[in-house]
Parts: sequence; structure tokens; C-alpha cells
Amino acid sequence: MAEKGVAQLWRKIKAIYTIQGDHCTTCDTYYFPPRVVCPQCRRKGQLEKYTFKGLGKIHTFAIVRQAPDTFKRQIPYIVAQVELDEGARLTAQIVNCDIEDVHIDMRVRSCFRKITEYGESGIIIYGYKFEPTMKVTGHE
Amino acid sequence: MVGIIGYGVYIPRYRIKTEKIAAVWGEDGEKLAKGLGVFEKSVPGPDEDVATISVEAARNAVKRAQIDPTNIGAIYVGSESHPYAVKPTGTMVSEAIGCSPHITCADFEFACKAGTAAIQVCMGLVKSKMIKIGLAIGSDTAQGRPGDALEYSAAAGGVAILVGNKNVVATIEHTSSFTTDTPDFWRREGQAFPSHGARFTGEPAYFRHVGEGARALFKTTNTTVDDYDYFVFHSPNGKFPVAMGRQLGVPKEKLEDSLVVRQIGNTYSGSAMMGLANVLDIADPGSKIFMVAYGSGAGSDSFAIRVEDEIVKRRGEVPTVQDYIERKTYINYATYAKYRRKFKALG
Repeated sequence: MAEKGVAQLWRKIKAIYTIQGDHCTTCDTYYFPPRVVCPQCRRKGQLEKYTFKGLGKIHTFAIVRQAPDTFKRQIPYIVAQVELDEGARLTAQIVNCDIEDVHIDMRVRSCFRKITEYGESGIIIYGYKFEPTMKVTGHE
Repeated sequence: MVGIIGYGVYIPRYRIKTEKIAAVWGEDGEKLAKGLGVFEKSVPGPDEDVATISVEAARNAVKRAQIDPTNIGAIYVGSESHPYAVKPTGTMVSEAIGCSPHITCADFEFACKAGTAAIQVCMGLVKSKMIKIGLAIGSDTAQGRPGDALEYSAAAGGVAILVGNKNVVATIEHTSSFTTDTPDFWRREGQAFPSHGARFTGEPAYFRHVGEGARALFKTTNTTVDDYDYFVFHSPNGKFPVAMGRQLGVPKEKLEDSLVVRQIGNTYSGSAMMGLANVLDIADPGSKIFMVAYGSGAGSDSFAIRVEDEIVKRRGEVPTVQDYIERKTYINYATYAKYRRKFKALG
């Protein structure tokens, strides 16, 4: 039996695994998710693929306490609007952070996590989430 | 010469203390922790598996090596808890770290030594000039049946090692292996948890294979214990590697830095490699490391490694093993059971 959602996921893999969006060289704006045309420059826009560095800060957030079945194992969890250093904003789950520690402007980095899975025998969807930046020994 | 050009690790944030597990099963936790030499173990979050752990470790390795990931020619992921029975974990890793599609990739399985088997294959490919750089990963979210002795040590973590011959941070001077058919630990197709031969996992399995592997490497390289500064043995618990060191006459201080098992448990395919990474984080250039990985079933892979000057330039950019060990949140047994899907009614 053909599994639902396979082609849909496959088209997005590059974008959701590596946070790949676009950069319009005409207006110097970064977009995520990828766009077909630059919404500001329209036909004058020049879009090129751009992989975001994955660093940013929390613009705003919410604590989820009532979740869909596939997320029940994780409640309470944090969903935030993350503003990437390049300027684009995206919605993502914040992990490796207790709900009492999250705050606006918290510095975060992207990490690779399981987003959901299509049942026990279906495909597993992986992608980006964000976590507080980590201490690195020896880093100035 | 062929060697390690970069390495990265990942250890999930959650920990459960041996005492908490023991309390559920009516055991003396303090005595058990001391006897096993495992005081707490890492637990993967509900959204972590071997693919996510491998990607995080691989990204750290690529960052440390400062290489363009499109120069990687091979990816091999060694694990006994791949998320798919059929669909290689390496494909997800490759895409997530930005490799070119023109690579060779496969998943490896040899209990706890699948990661070091991947290192050996990458060494061969680099030496024969088939590829420039190979990525070998040992990563696991190990399973332990509730109430079984394994539950105290079966942990989660991963190590990624980039093998190449330019800007080497540690030269692999020699490697050899020792393999027999020894049924000490196994998991049949479709089974959720592994089975083991209890005390049989000791003398005829771990100690024979690690011991023979070590002695063979000493013989081939014409070296003795005195020629090495650090020793790393596969650590299914904190007791076995110490006993192995004693059998081979290794001074305690040469083994101490590899015993991360005490704080994070047995990371299976990542176990010996995690000990090696902890040593690489602190070793001075010129130091020599002797490592023997062990995989049930059974076999051992031995390595003689020399730390190069280049390693100093590669420190400070990615988290060390100790950084990950220190980043922890304790959970109780109920949360552990929820995260590890031990409640079957929840699916």
C-alpha cells in the first residue's frame, strides 16, 4: 500500500533538514521557507538558495500543555517564533530547555530532531528544532 | 598517513541515576552503582533517535575539521538501534550535514563495535585513494528490558569521526581485529529488547576478545603498555574496562580519562569511541592512545593512535565530551519509561 505524505515530505527535506531558504540579492532579504519569487521585488527579484547558519534568538514563545496525540509524550513543551540572525523568522519547538527558563531574546541554535512519525510502520519526519546555545570549553 | 581529521560527539541531556532504577526493582541502588561502576546514564529525549544523535555528532565533527562536507566520499553509521530496519540512517545524516549525493553510504551493525568497524572501512577507502574523506559514526539509543541488568547501563550517545589524510589531528598508526562466533548477547529480528548470556558475557566474550585484540596489537606494533599514555577499552560498565586494564598491567591513571561510562552509561556503538573522544579532548600532541572496541557476537577492533600538533588548533569550537556530560537534567523512572516508550498502551 502506498504511504501518504512521502512525496510531500521528500520535496521539503533540504529545507527542513538544513534550514535552507532563499536570499534575494536585489533587496538583500532572506526568506524561509523558500519562495518562488521575492514578495517585495517581484519580477525584479533575484532569488538564490541560502542555507541559514541556524543561530538566532527567541522573538516570542508559548508553552504547549494540550497537544496532539503524537506530541503528548513531550508536554509541557515550548513552541517559539525564532528570529534568525539573517532576519528571517520561523516557528519551531525549543528543546533542551525547561519551561521556566525560556525567555524572549534567548540565544538559540538549531538542532536536528524527530518531528513526528506516520504511525509505527510509516516514515519518520526529521527536521529543525532549536535549543539554547551550549557552553564550549575553550571558546572565547 | 591516514588518521582522524575531525571528531564530534553528542550526548542527550537527560540522565537517570542508577539508584532510581534500582528502587523500582527493589535492589540496593548504592551497592549496584558501585558494583557496576555506572552511577547514572544518559537517556534520549522523546524526539531523539540514532539519526538525530548521529547528525548532531557529525555536524560537530565537520565543524571541528573545518572541511567542506561535499568532500566526504563515504558515510557509515554503526548502531544496533537504527530507526528503520530498512532505510539507511546514513542517508539522513548525509542530507542533514550537506554532503554531495555522490557518496557511498551504508549502515553497519556489530553490536558495540559497529562504529570502529566503520572507521576501519573508511581507513581502507582513504588509503586506497577511493575517497578523500570518510565519515564513521558509532551511535546508539540502547535498549534494556525493564528489570534486566542491562537497564542500568543501556544509554544513548554518538561519536562521529572523520577519516582522512590531510590536516590529521590524530594518526591511526595501526589497527587489527579479532573475531569469533560467541553468542554472548543478541537481539532477534522483530524483538524490542536484546537477550544475553549473563555471566557468559565476561570471560569467554569481553575479556577474551579485548585481551586477544590488545595482545595482538602489542605484538604487531612491537610495543608494550609503557609506550602508550592513554588506554581506552569498550565500557559496557565501569567494572569491565578496569578489570581488563588490570589483566594487561595498565596503570590506573592511563585508563581513568576514558571511563566516561560512570557518568553516562554504555553508549554501545559509541562506547569506546566516546572514551577516545574524551581523551582526544585533553591529550597533548605526541601522546599515544591504545584503544580496543568490543562488539558482542563477538569481536574486537584495536587501534594504536598518535595525537598530532594539529589537534590544538581544532579545540574550542565544538562542545567537548565533558561539556555534554555537564549539561544534564535528571529524570525519574516514570519519565524515563515514558520517553523510552516502555508504556505499550501509549504506542
